[in-house]
Amino acid sequence: MADQALPISGSLAATPSRGAALLEWLHAWVVTVDHKKLGILYVVYALFFLLIGGAEAIIIRIQLAVPNAHFVSPEVYNEMFTMHGTTMVFLVGMPMLFGFANYLVPLMIGARDMAFPRLNAFSFWMTAFGGLLLYFSFVGGFGLYGMGSAPDVGWWAYAPLTAKAFSPGHNTDYWALALIVSGFGTLGTAINIIATIISMRCRGMTLFRMPLFAWLMLVVSGLTLVTITPLTAAQIMLLIDRYLGGHFFDTQAGGSAVVWMHFFWIFGHPEVYVLVLPAFAIANEVIPVFSRKAIFGYPAMVSASVGIAFVSMAVWAHHMFTVGMTSVGNAFFVLSTMMVGIPTGIKIFNWLATMWGGKIRFATPMLFCTAFVLQFLAAGLTGIMLSVAPWDWQLHNSYFVIAHFHYVLVGAIVFCIFSAIYYWYPKVTGRMLSEKLGKWHFWLFFIGFHVTFDTMHFVGLLGMPRSIYTYEADRGWNTLNMIVSIGGIIQAVAVLLFVWNLVDSYLHGAEAGNDPWDAWTLEWSTPSPPPPYNFAIDPVVRSRRPLWDIKHPNDPDWKYER
Amino acid sequence: MHTGRSLSSIRYLLGLCFYLMLSVRIGLAQGPQAVPSTLAPDSTPAHEIQSLSHFVLLITGAIFVVVAGLLVYIVIKFRAREPDAQHEPPQVYGSLQVELAWTVIPVLIVVVLFLTTARIIFAIQDAPKPKSALDVTVIGHQFWWEFRYPKFGIVTANELHVPVSPESDPKPTYLQLLSADVDHSFWVPQLGGKTDLIPNHPNQMWIDPHHTGLYLGQCAQFCGVEHAKMLLRVYVDTPGQFAAWVKNQEQPGVRDAAVASGRHVFETQACVNCHTIAGTIAKGTFGPDLTHLMSRATIAAGAAANTPDNLRAWIKDPNAFKPGSLMPAMQLNDEEVNELVAYLSTLH
Repeated sequence: MADQALPISGSLAATPSRGAALLEWLHAWVVTVDHKKLGILYVVYALFFLLIGGAEAIIIRIQLAVPNAHFVSPEVYNEMFTMHGTTMVFLVGMPMLFGFANYLVPLMIGARDMAFPRLNAFSFWMTAFGGLLLYFSFVGGFGLYGMGSAPDVGWWAYAPLTAKAFSPGHNTDYWALALIVSGFGTLGTAINIIATIISMRCRGMTLFRMPLFAWLMLVVSGLTLVTITPLTAAQIMLLIDRYLGGHFFDTQAGGSAVVWMHFFWIFGHPEVYVLVLPAFAIANEVIPVFSRKAIFGYPAMVSASVGIAFVSMAVWAHHMFTVGMTSVGNAFFVLSTMMVGIPTGIKIFNWLATMWGGKIRFATPMLFCTAFVLQFLAAGLTGIMLSVAPWDWQLHNSYFVIAHFHYVLVGAIVFCIFSAIYYWYPKVTGRMLSEKLGKWHFWLFFIGFHVTFDTMHFVGLLGMPRSIYTYEADRGWNTLNMIVSIGGIIQAVAVLLFVWNLVDSYLHGAEAGNDPWDAWTLEWSTPSPPPPYNFAIDPVVRSRRPLWDIKHPNDPDWKYER
Repeated sequence: MHTGRSLSSIRYLLGLCFYLMLSVRIGLAQGPQAVPSTLAPDSTPAHEIQSLSHFVLLITGAIFVVVAGLLVYIVIKFRAREPDAQHEPPQVYGSLQVELAWTVIPVLIVVVLFLTTARIIFAIQDAPKPKSALDVTVIGHQFWWEFRYPKFGIVTANELHVPVSPESDPKPTYLQLLSADVDHSFWVPQLGGKTDLIPNHPNQMWIDPHHTGLYLGQCAQFCGVEHAKMLLRVYVDTPGQFAAWVKNQEQPGVRDAAVASGRHVFETQACVNCHTIAGTIAKGTFGPDLTHLMSRATIAAGAAANTPDNLRAWIKDPNAFKPGSLMPAMQLNDEEVNELVAYLSTLH
């Protein structure tokens, strides 16, 4: 993609030296406002942190493989799980999904760029520097145990553990400031996506002819505006507490620890949907293409997505069944939480109905999406179990919860992210990823995932709480923990295969052509990779599957769609 | 691929069987277990939670079997076969009737689940407190538990003693949950769900253990560096044992002239700033009350057995057991440590 870089003045006469060419190439990436380049930057950034967050997970699993282990100290362990959670949510999940949105939304709606390209670049760099700021704490953070302390208060950072009295030094400040900085980037991107979808659609693309991917990204962006805001507010309040003598969460001065929990989970629960709705968006594109059928129940899918977004804003206190709410309060959040299951169920049924009667091709993207449906079903059902407040009193903060949300975050979201990378990599790079390595990646990851996270449910049922750096040998958790750790290693191997596939296929992969999957949305009508202007001529569409209409002139969608 | 899908559902069924097996195996053995399992309830709230969980598991399990079965069927049945790869299958865009059906059925399931759940919430949370109930105040500290019995004026740490509460003659224990510093959570899985200890936010919970013995638990809300070693032991005593325990705990600290030098060390060092021994000048409340230290099986909130050797090592360097413990190393010489441990060993 270096050939798309802007020329540097003075380089017209002679061929630039290698160093100058490299500099020019780098410069082009740094100053770019092209939505595709920014999308790639987001995804590469997220993949980089995926490896770091994964390494942290492996450290956690080595420590927990045997009881009373001394692989890392308690201080380091607490930093590891705090950074693992924070990294995976803020530096992997959101940038990855916003990266896909950035790259794909303009292409899918027939636009030449995002509505605000400069805001787009600004948002990416805010996010990127937020991540760097967070990780700089490993070098510069002064914590309870001296220099080089990363945040160690859990990614939920419950007050008053974050108060100056209990977290002296600066590592908690790094956590709060880094998330404020990356949060502003996230807000900018959300605004940008909304504006792009509202105002940049090509001729003929009404809201109800948009690909579901774009619909879901619209919903996600709206939800992001609502969720990141209370988090940012709470972080600022926390900093006021720590440095300006505020008492919002300072329980020693009459502040409230429970208020922090409300703020955090009003952000935290919709955040789960901010991450999972883009995963749905990916499944909504991949499943129809590989089943060779139009998505079943498009209007139902749209309304279910909007429904999930609204209901998700009224369920936050199901993270707080053990903090001593009234029985009526608990019952309310039981009901609202269970209600999320209804639109979610509709989605699963619609995916199944889309596959029903199709001719399903199990290429790697579809393998990941099929596993996603299965795992998301299981995750939804353990979610129902956790919504049962009395049972949650047992399961809350146990490894059962860890298993449940990793089923969502890995079993659903990461599987969909892998699916998306296998699916759109040909469009982005012009080369196919190796199917053979892809299948190895899928099966290893699938097996590793189930070895780890299925087992984890049982450790939780047997009473093992989360966030503990070690456990007693006589609690009956030894064998299960060893199995969980082995599964973690299998997943790590799978991810390394995947990274190898990304690199090797970029250099030696088969040529992809414009439309390797015989797909139906507008991005596949462009060359691979698409030119900076995306479309030479603005496209005009008459249905939800413009390329289907072109490929099947006798049987176009617009005759049947309502 | 087919094998993959069917394997997954077999795996889930196996998981389900495993769960039920665990329930049955651990459930059949009554009383306290070495594994602090949620599947071996021995107290009314824990029992009610388990019955509810079986009902919920049955419904969610049935949903899983039906939907995952459907997925497996689809994967096998509608997998593309090479020869007819050229033709697209018939396009179906949706069906309002079908959408309605799979909306209404889940709504009904949610109503049933919600009503069942709500009943148990009210049954446990709003249970009226009987006259026979014992009150205990639990105070969470980084990284240990303080137990106060207001009726008896007893203060102890880390090992909670409660009377057994047979169904024929219930004597439940009502816990008032407070925190001296950060959030903690009281969790003894066999006796009930967990409830958090939050500063400025008093909470309540109750337990009524049906059998005597030692029940294990630990702090279930991350509270700082040694959260993992904030272990919890609940001794359920017969009425006679409990009365004897109370009687002993009500006594001031033993004064044994043979260990006067150790007592002198204790009273002249910083020990007294944080610890209390009734009957001495030591009235600190930052650390555990040591008046009856020898009546406890463990030290350092369950991190080590209460033996003279462990006590010696603990006093010399608490970080050896619990790196990050808030007790400082006291910088005593070996002779002083030995005298001190000799004194502490008399505090029955």
